[in-house]
Amino acid sequence: MSQNATIPEIRARFRVVRSDFSLDVDLTLPGRGVSALFGHSGSGKTTCLRAMAGLERASDGYFALGSTVWQDEAKGIFVPTHQRALGVVFQEASLFPHLSVRGNMEFGQTRGQIRGQMRGKNNAAASERRYALPEVADLLGIGHLLARAPSQLSGGERQRVAIARALLTSPQILLMDEPLAALDLKRKLEILPYLERLHRELSLPIVYVSHAPDEVARLADHLVLLDQGRVVASGPLNDVLSRIDLPTAFADDAGVVIEARIAAHEADDLTRLEFPGGHIYVSRHDEALGTLLRCRIHARDVSLALLPPVHSSILNCVAATVVDLAPTDTPGHVLVKLDVAGEALLARITQRSALKLDIRPGLALRAQIKSVALLA
Amino acid sequence: MDSAAYSQDLAAVWLTLKLATVVTILLLIVGTPMAWWLAHTRSAFKGIVGAVVALPLVLPPTVIGFYLLLTMGPNGPVGQLTQWLGLGLLPFTFPGLVIASVFYSLPFVVQPIQNAFEAIGERPLEVAATLRASPWDAFWSVAVPLARPGFLSGAILGFAHTVGEFGIVLMIGGNIPDKTRVVSVQIYDHVEALEYTQAHWLAAGMVLFSFLVLLALYTFNPARRQVL
Repeated sequence: MSQNATIPEIRARFRVVRSDFSLDVDLTLPGRGVSALFGHSGSGKTTCLRAMAGLERASDGYFALGSTVWQDEAKGIFVPTHQRALGVVFQEASLFPHLSVRGNMEFGQTRGQIRGQMRGKNNAAASERRYALPEVADLLGIGHLLARAPSQLSGGERQRVAIARALLTSPQILLMDEPLAALDLKRKLEILPYLERLHRELSLPIVYVSHAPDEVARLADHLVLLDQGRVVASGPLNDVLSRIDLPTAFADDAGVVIEARIAAHEADDLTRLEFPGGHIYVSRHDEALGTLLRCRIHARDVSLALLPPVHSSILNCVAATVVDLAPTDTPGHVLVKLDVAGEALLARITQRSALKLDIRPGLALRAQIKSVALLA
Repeated sequence: MDSAAYSQDLAAVWLTLKLATVVTILLLIVGTPMAWWLAHTRSAFKGIVGAVVALPLVLPPTVIGFYLLLTMGPNGPVGQLTQWLGLGLLPFTFPGLVIASVFYSLPFVVQPIQNAFEAIGERPLEVAATLRASPWDAFWSVAVPLARPGFLSGAILGFAHTVGEFGIVLMIGGNIPDKTRVVSVQIYDHVEALEYTQAHWLAAGMVLFSFLVLLALYTFNPARRQVL
């Protein structure tokens, strides 16, 4: 099978009108990496995902992955779910209780292969991703569970099996509907590394529905904000996160995600990370030099100074230029968007300080970063 | 106990088991699609069909038997059809009894299976579809195995209920040895003839049988907690 040189785009346009709810979205998502659909409950993100899967049929809809069109109501095309090369992971693992873990995984594998062969005959150019069971079991750390019944697994294990099961159908896209929402924090933290691994090691595009800002920050490359069935913003993660004109989607969690490379492990138990805008220190993080890490910097953890601070305990201080500022929903505070050598950074400061320092677009200053959350 | 009467009793037992087996198999074939439809439809007819299926639960068997007799009789629509097809008339034959029993035991098979399908919900079928199973495939590989307790209950109840029918047999089948004389009718005959000893062993046999059936139902089919 030939691998397409260009990455296929995901095009999704759905219009669903119900008495109590309407969805009207028109999205173009990158054909690789994780695209997160973020919004509060009732924002339409799950309906959108179900429409992509073909589980819900939008009367006015279009959905295509590259040249594969799965729905085009204008032309009367609607490919039923079982004929779409996609994998779905639901909020509850929904494993089949009458099958073992291995049986669950093989359920989709055998059927996916048969359909893959059928498709291959019709469309020789269809690029196929094939995963073998041991390889996938290993990727998700469930190799030792294959003989068990679903009832003998923990919630986190069940969800990992559900992800493995979806992958084994050899999908061209993976749809995940709040896969961590039903799990407690401990289980969540147990699964997140596997999701990150999926993200790193597979070229498969993933559409990830979530209402948890921390999951989005950790996993997403592309972010779609949904509100009441409408797209509020859609773009690369940091472009959307650093917009200060949006309704307060993230509220207190406002902040940006930057990628930084481990530059040095220093003697006093600090690790130096470098990113285009400078360097930041974090507590010692034992990974190889050159490793790329995702760091989340909350707006509430960034303060501003006109001069390089001399008498300050805050170690991380980068040169920045004010791009814009806007009121935030925290009373008496403003959100300031900064440019740090091309990277966006947000700072939340008081209205009073903004006036005192005369913060205005174009002003060059120093951003002090009180804390950085390492995400990977 | 004289051996002729004894062999008559055995013939009645054998006929009863044959009738119940044939009826149970037919009911599983006919009842499953009905149960599936009732569990999944959003049609306005759902209530009507559900009520019709449940009618035998409340109607006296003589009423059902009476109307079936009329329908299958020489002037009834079914009777005219069977005559036109060269099959003769169904009342007072074993096939006629089978058809009547299918109606009579329908709710006992349809309702447990319908409940089981409803308990499964849409999610496992949606999951099956995302795992590339066609609706037909998903029905056999997911819905049927998950609804197994419902099928088991339906089959046992349908079988037991058919074994226990009386009024409808009298109306449709009469009392013809080896053709329509089942155990319940045989017991009635014995009692009428004051043959209490023979009535006893058949009646006690029925009690034991019914007890074992219900015991099997409760033992092999406990409400299992299923983790989805």
